[in-house]
Amino acid sequence: MPNRSSSPVPTTVSTTAPSTAPAMVLIQDVTKVYKMGDVEVHALRGVTLSIGAGEFVAVMGSSGSGKSTLMNVLGCLDKPTSGAYWLDSHEISGLSSDQLARIRNRTLGFVFQSFNLLSRTSALENVELPLIYTDVSTADRGRRAEAALQRVGLGDRLHHHPNQMSGGQQQRVAIARALVSEPKVILADEPTGNLDSVTSIEVMALLQALWRSGITIILVTHEPDVAAFASRVIMMKDGRVRSDQRHEPLRADDALKEAKADAKAEAQADAEAHAKAHPEAHADAKPEVTP
Amino acid sequence: MNALQTTRVAARALTRNKMRSFLTTLGIIIGVAAVIAMVAIGEGAKVQVEQQFASMGSNLLIIMSGTTTSGGAHGGFGSMPTLTWDDLKSIQSDVPSVRYAAPQLRSSAQLITDEQNWSTSVTGTTPDFFQIRNWPVAKGSMFTSSDLEGGTKVVLLGDTVVEKLYGPGYDPVGQLVRIRNVPFQVMGVLAKKGQSANGQDYDDAAFIPATTFQTKIQGGLQKFIPGAILVGAAAADATTRAQSQISGLLRERHHLQRGTDDDFSIRNLAELANAQQEGTKTLTTLLASIAAVSLLVGGIGIMNIMLVSVTERTREIGVRMAVGARRRDILAQFLTEALALSLAGGIIGVVLGVLLAEQLASRFQWPLLVRPEVIFISVGFSALVGIGFGLYPARKASRLDPIDALRFE
Repeated sequence: MPNRSSSPVPTTVSTTAPSTAPAMVLIQDVTKVYKMGDVEVHALRGVTLSIGAGEFVAVMGSSGSGKSTLMNVLGCLDKPTSGAYWLDSHEISGLSSDQLARIRNRTLGFVFQSFNLLSRTSALENVELPLIYTDVSTADRGRRAEAALQRVGLGDRLHHHPNQMSGGQQQRVAIARALVSEPKVILADEPTGNLDSVTSIEVMALLQALWRSGITIILVTHEPDVAAFASRVIMMKDGRVRSDQRHEPLRADDALKEAKADAKAEAQADAEAHAKAHPEAHADAKPEVTP
Repeated sequence: MNALQTTRVAARALTRNKMRSFLTTLGIIIGVAAVIAMVAIGEGAKVQVEQQFASMGSNLLIIMSGTTTSGGAHGGFGSMPTLTWDDLKSIQSDVPSVRYAAPQLRSSAQLITDEQNWSTSVTGTTPDFFQIRNWPVAKGSMFTSSDLEGGTKVVLLGDTVVEKLYGPGYDPVGQLVRIRNVPFQVMGVLAKKGQSANGQDYDDAAFIPATTFQTKIQGGLQKFIPGAILVGAAAADATTRAQSQISGLLRERHHLQRGTDDDFSIRNLAELANAQQEGTKTLTTLLASIAAVSLLVGGIGIMNIMLVSVTERTREIGVRMAVGARRRDILAQFLTEALALSLAGGIIGVVLGVLLAEQLASRFQWPLLVRPEVIFISVGFSALVGIGFGLYPARKASRLDPIDALRFE
């Protein structure tokens, strides 16, 4: 356990100004070495990072930069080869796999690029999933899952199965699943990777709303457009932090309005072009918002 | 995750692939049904053997006279009378493990009434004979001791003989029947006994007092018994003791020197029955083992499908681990699925097996023999098969690395 009186927070190591908020995530000199046959792959070469409670961090970098490995370590899915990790002031390195499972269950929420919803299972049951590994009663589980789905705007889709929903809706179900256990940190690994631009902004707007409600959000992306919605951008390269900058995040709500207006104008232009080309079909043509 | 929750998750997973679950279960269903039906067949055969021996007589020993040797050709047992009426009396009174002893003098004769005639076996004996053979009189009455002493011309008829001579259900008590031209009065009709193991009709027989037999049917030396002696031992476990005691008694009475052969032979039917029982037991075990092998094959089917299921659901396992499932939760989930498959198979198999046994029982006219312990054992065994063969796939699932599982395509 870290000695709380002499805090292990290395305030001088951080490349940015130390945050006034207590560190939610703190890693120090974390390395990760994989063995691929005879070759050793150094995925992380000594990363030290402090993320305060209530930050919205985007981790960027090209593939092979170590951002996914960093995400796995932060998500308690992978153990670092060396270095220390404190999550919400609890030391993580050295915990058993059962204890890690408990932390993933209580403190963390995951959102994946490919949604990873259980097929042929209703939205409600998908969202309940983290709660079945707790001692929450069946009735409470249903109530909490329903509340989480309402929070992501899917209160009317409780019993839909993933294959009956659009990609954006599926990702919102996944966000509800990450939310339902009331985590302190949500880890989103390329959450917009499989979505079109308008839907991507919708998902980012949802994550921003969660961030404003106090949840720490760590997002992995390689799209600068998406990273712009975060309050802090960390660039990774070759297993090290290359840059770490805070900025005023772009408001996703505004971006969404713009994007929707653009999409509508585009659709109208398309419809007019279509009407010109096929005037006889004009009566049936309806402007559609292309997804 | 509690047991109820685990069961619910397993039930959902299995009902999602109904056809596959059913086919997987089929192996266990057939296995359990086969075990139950096979054991029922074995038990039925056992009971049938038991009934056959019981109808021959309980705790029965048969003593036959010695053999003749004429010109080097040995006659069979009984070809030379060596057993005397005094031997019979001595067996009755001097051997404590003997309850009943009766002579059995056999001949075949034509029975003639005014309208009909019928050839059947005529046996001269005493009332003890009917005690040994558990054969009560249905109509009329048994011979009395005065019948025996006086050699009265009375006859007891078997059910088949009555049917042939008078027609079914007729009460012939008091009528006259001529046997070898001697008129006998029908004293009683014996209860219906049915067939022997080799199809011989027990009820196709007539019985007269032993003394009458000797004077009217088949004369012979008065001192010797021209037939066999049937002995009923006092108890089922006394037959072997009775056999050796009678043997000792007869050797002494016949003044046989040490080292010479017996001039009589004793057949122990209880022993024969036990040997038969052992035979059917072996058969039952054999049949049940073959059926158990099919249960094992069913178990391998479950393992196979569970392995496929683990591979198919690798991502699901990854997601479950990411949201907080511990390794033991995953283990419990897959183990429960395997157990549910095998238990469902076991229960359906029991129902099917009982129905099958019922069919067999009615076809072969056996009593329905499905003992509850056979049901418990086969359901228990199928559960064991489920756990045994489910363990490897479940361990495999629980040991997946969550990162690899989430990336699995």
